[in-house]
Amino acid sequence: MKIIGTDRQGNTKDVEGRDGWSVMEILRDAGFDIAAECGGACACATCHVYVTGDWYEKLPAPSEAEIDMLDMALAVEPGSSRLSCQIICSEATDGIQVTVAPE
Amino acid sequence: MTAAPIETDVVIIGAGPIGLFAVFELGLLDLKCHLVDILDRPGGQCTELYPEKPIYDIPGLPIVTGQELVNKLMEQIKPFGAQFHFGEMATALERQADGRWKLKTDAGTEIIAHVVVVAAGAGSFQPKRPPVAGIEHFENAGDGIGVHYAVRKMESFRGKNILIAGGGDSALDWTINLAPIAKSLTLVHHRDGFRAAQHSVNQMRELEAAGKVKFHVASVKAMHGEPGKLAAVTLAGADKGEWQHEADAFLPFFGLTIKLGPIAEFGINLHENLIPVDTARFESQTPGLFAIGDINTYPGKLKLILSGFHEAALMSQAAFHIARPNEKLRFQYTTSSSNLQKKLGVS
Repeated sequence: MKIIGTDRQGNTKDVEGRDGWSVMEILRDAGFDIAAECGGACACATCHVYVTGDWYEKLPAPSEAEIDMLDMALAVEPGSSRLSCQIICSEATDGIQVTVAPE
Repeated sequence: MTAAPIETDVVIIGAGPIGLFAVFELGLLDLKCHLVDILDRPGGQCTELYPEKPIYDIPGLPIVTGQELVNKLMEQIKPFGAQFHFGEMATALERQADGRWKLKTDAGTEIIAHVVVVAAGAGSFQPKRPPVAGIEHFENAGDGIGVHYAVRKMESFRGKNILIAGGGDSALDWTINLAPIAKSLTLVHHRDGFRAAQHSVNQMRELEAAGKVKFHVASVKAMHGEPGKLAAVTLAGADKGEWQHEADAFLPFFGLTIKLGPIAEFGINLHENLIPVDTARFESQTPGLFAIGDINTYPGKLKLILSGFHEAALMSQAAFHIARPNEKLRFQYTTSSSNLQKKLGVS
């Protein structure tokens, strides 16, 4: 299962996802500059990404907690912004396109 | 007026769980500590990011929240009388002629110590800065004008056109508090909903209904004006496209993020924003300067609170030999040593 990740400089690369891991973990381990200060607890909004293509609609809707936490993110784009620690890799996310949001 | 420098044994940068536990381990060895932290209370990430979230991997505590752990650590170190300098950022560190360190803070505090312990986690918490081109030209512009990440002098905003961005408690609280004195007050947020307390949201809605506050689902795309003198911003909304909005002051409230900060300028050898240490003493490559917790790195490092506790214990042994070069370190257990129990105030 692939994640097509784009960094803040606009460089795109394919990264292999792992079932049950969060997109944040996969991107961070692949060297993307994602702070993820709280370590994936949906408590800091520093793993903010834009989900592009039609992937926002394909994903399970964000939880109340994630919607609340996005209020602390910068440059939120409704219909695209997600916290990558809350997107879990699975066969259903194969090919997902995400862009790391500005700091 | 500058106060005389404080003299102590150890100065700890960072009052998170590891900095706090270091007070305990150093205290058992009779070393006195001062702690500096940019936040206004102890706990670091534990209390700033996840005070209510449970932690399950603290040995002996099957479940504890970030706030509870910090409360317990504060109780545990109480006998040692550490001095806290909250709301201060450690800004400069220099070695004195006598071999001791002098640490300065942005509040003008100067602390002289035999040993410096950096327990700063990922660095210092600082306000999130919106990614708007040129925003830095409008920061530090003066009271009541330009970009402010906190309100220190409320009165300075009287009669100003104020723009607030964000959807949390700070954004809503300052909307409510500044609306009565502002010439105009506009709140922008990316959605028509807020994570702030419900009663604050209700108050804001009342002000909006009364015409005292304007609210737009929008975000700031550009800032206009001479450097230091904000005149207007470009707002972009979902439906109305982009428009210009007159503003003297822009107050973005998106919480805090962690930046390494001035530690990078201390002359410490860094590797990817971490301080390499040895695993016997947890000392950096600069003698007398130690790093424990998330800020350090060594082969096999795990960023766990329990690892930081271990690091604090070993660091303290090494620190003792620097602070008390002529004394013999007596290794004792709190269970059996009446001497240690006296220090803890339990015997």
